[in-house]
Amino acid sequence: MLSVMDLSCYRGERRLFSGVAFQLNAGACLHLEGNNGVGKTSLLRQVSGLSPVSEGQISWCGQPIADNESFRAQRIYLGHDLAMKDDLSAMENLQIDAAIAGQAVEPDKVLMALQSLGLKGREHLPVRMLSQGQKRRAAIARLLTRQARLWILDEPVVALDVPAQAAVGRVLKAHLDEGGMVLFTSHQPLPMAVPSACMTSHRLQG
Amino acid sequence: MTQHSNVLFRFAAPQAFYGLAGRLWPWAAALATLLGAWGLWMGMFVAPTDFQQGQAYRIIFVHVPASWMSMIIYLAMAFWAVLGLTFKTRLSGMMNRALAPTGAMFAFLSLWTGALWGKPMWGAWWVWDARLTSELILFFLYLGFMGLTASIDDPRRSDKAGGLLALVGAINVPVIYFSVRWWNTLHQGASVTVTQGSSMAQTMLWAMLLMALAFWLYAIAIALYRIRTLILEREKHTQWVEAELRPEGAS
Amino acid sequence: MSPFLAVIRRDLSLALRRKNEVMTSVFFFVVVAALFPLGIGPEMNTLRLIGPGVLWVGALLASMLSLGRMFAGDHDDGTLEQMVLSCASLPSLVGAKILSHWLLSGLPLVILSPVLALQFDLDVQAIEVLMASLILGTPLLSLIGAVGAALTLGVRGADVLLSLLVLPLYVPALVFGAGAVQAQAAGLGASAHLSILAAMLLIAAVFSPWACATALRIALE
Repeated sequence: MLSVMDLSCYRGERRLFSGVAFQLNAGACLHLEGNNGVGKTSLLRQVSGLSPVSEGQISWCGQPIADNESFRAQRIYLGHDLAMKDDLSAMENLQIDAAIAGQAVEPDKVLMALQSLGLKGREHLPVRMLSQGQKRRAAIARLLTRQARLWILDEPVVALDVPAQAAVGRVLKAHLDEGGMVLFTSHQPLPMAVPSACMTSHRLQG
Repeated sequence: MTQHSNVLFRFAAPQAFYGLAGRLWPWAAALATLLGAWGLWMGMFVAPTDFQQGQAYRIIFVHVPASWMSMIIYLAMAFWAVLGLTFKTRLSGMMNRALAPTGAMFAFLSLWTGALWGKPMWGAWWVWDARLTSELILFFLYLGFMGLTASIDDPRRSDKAGGLLALVGAINVPVIYFSVRWWNTLHQGASVTVTQGSSMAQTMLWAMLLMALAFWLYAIAIALYRIRTLILEREKHTQWVEAELRPEGAS
Repeated sequence: MSPFLAVIRRDLSLALRRKNEVMTSVFFFVVVAALFPLGIGPEMNTLRLIGPGVLWVGALLASMLSLGRMFAGDHDDGTLEQMVLSCASLPSLVGAKILSHWLLSGLPLVILSPVLALQFDLDVQAIEVLMASLILGTPLLSLIGAVGAALTLGVRGADVLLSLLVLPLYVPALVFGAGAVQAQAAGLGASAHLSILAAMLLIAAVFSPWACATALRIALE
């Protein structure tokens, strides 16, 4: 469904990578690997539509992703920044986030999402009172409150302890089981009991 | 039509434009010098003494063409900005960076000569005349463009942001000019004019046009010269630039 | 809740929990209005003459000071990216940001202006025209300033650069805004000035969100 062909990326005048190609079908998960600075985040930003593509093509269901309404509705990008407001509670953050994305979400669903990531009892606290790991989990809960088929995740489990990583793994697995897709970068493997047919990895070289 | 646009787009590639600019700029510079010398001679010696303003008025032969050029260059920048934002050519951003310092220089020259003119005329170094005030604002617009493009490290983002700023500025320039004129007339401010009515002597007009043309050719020459350096900087990772620089690097 | 209202709700909630955004603009406006008489002298005739200009420049500078914060906070914590990525039209989300900026930085100035106008001995009609010009002018300043804020997002020395970019573009608003009050004082009637101000506001309301959206996309590349 997601198809990347002959993609290159430039940072200033320096070329980060070129000739990258891969495909992601329903129920599949792609782990993007590579050393620091090789351009993993840049690639994710190109796939999500934030950065322009000067060489190569990215298509979703056969259509290029540029100005593609249906692509925008079906993908979600979680970058290094958590996109949470410190002075609002996790609950408020997620509700407003869904509203800005043009999707309605019931409060119960938000609560369930936060609780499934181990934030029970902390849903109404201002985010600045949560620990780093709790903030990240709240940010990941966004994946459950927004409806998106393609999840683009930049280092989703950094700063998370082992139980939290397992919780995230369960969330990702459930998404894949429903036919969703995940494209992520991570320096550590994700604890997911996913059949090897569904999990591929792509190493980015300079 | 397609043949014509093919030629245009061929020169939109930096390498081709580098060669073209290299051939053109010496001619533009030579013509500018010739016309400038002729225009200055006409303005300083041939044009008649103004009845009211005496010899001091002769500074208008620099002041007026400089004002015209500062405005024309800004329009040119807006034009390149539209091209750059529409066709995403790398050259448009470089062209704007090459033009901006010259435009700013002409605006500054216009302000400075305006002050030099104003002092014998009105006894004050600065007069809040509508045109001079608009010129000052135009000067700030140039400085803003140069400041913005200098502050953004990534060249592509810098070009695009600069282009958008130039476009927004260009759309606002008539509004700014109109509002400053309104402000000036409302407060009955001073007005710095050349002569009353349409009785400007032929030679004066001729001299001003020559100077304007000279300034225009100078702007073209210096912009082309400057853009060659910019192209070399931007494209330094390509093979043709390395080849270009190698023999000169020996010196 | 529509995306537009969601953005406004978020910005207003944040401002309510941390009141310094509103306070900074208001405080600056009050201080500037107090500094001028101190610098020029307490002669009432002079103050009445310069009052409209001083108050307008004060409102302009106060509005300009708060521009840097319009997008920077969202840019730093990643919420701006989510707005750019969302399905909702970016110009409409940007319009919401500009509206909340005005509600927090511009509207308080309008409300405070009659009090400060008394310090310059402006009469009731002058105060009415002043408030009308500020109600039309401060949103215009927010709209114009937003483009500058978007262009200088994340740039070194953004604050000073923003002032340099935005001040030339502010000139028409200042001329017609302060001019309206001065025209009324001169007995000429302010309707021409106010109509032009209103026209500029409408045009800016249409074009500025689009220009800002373009600038934000450029900044996030």
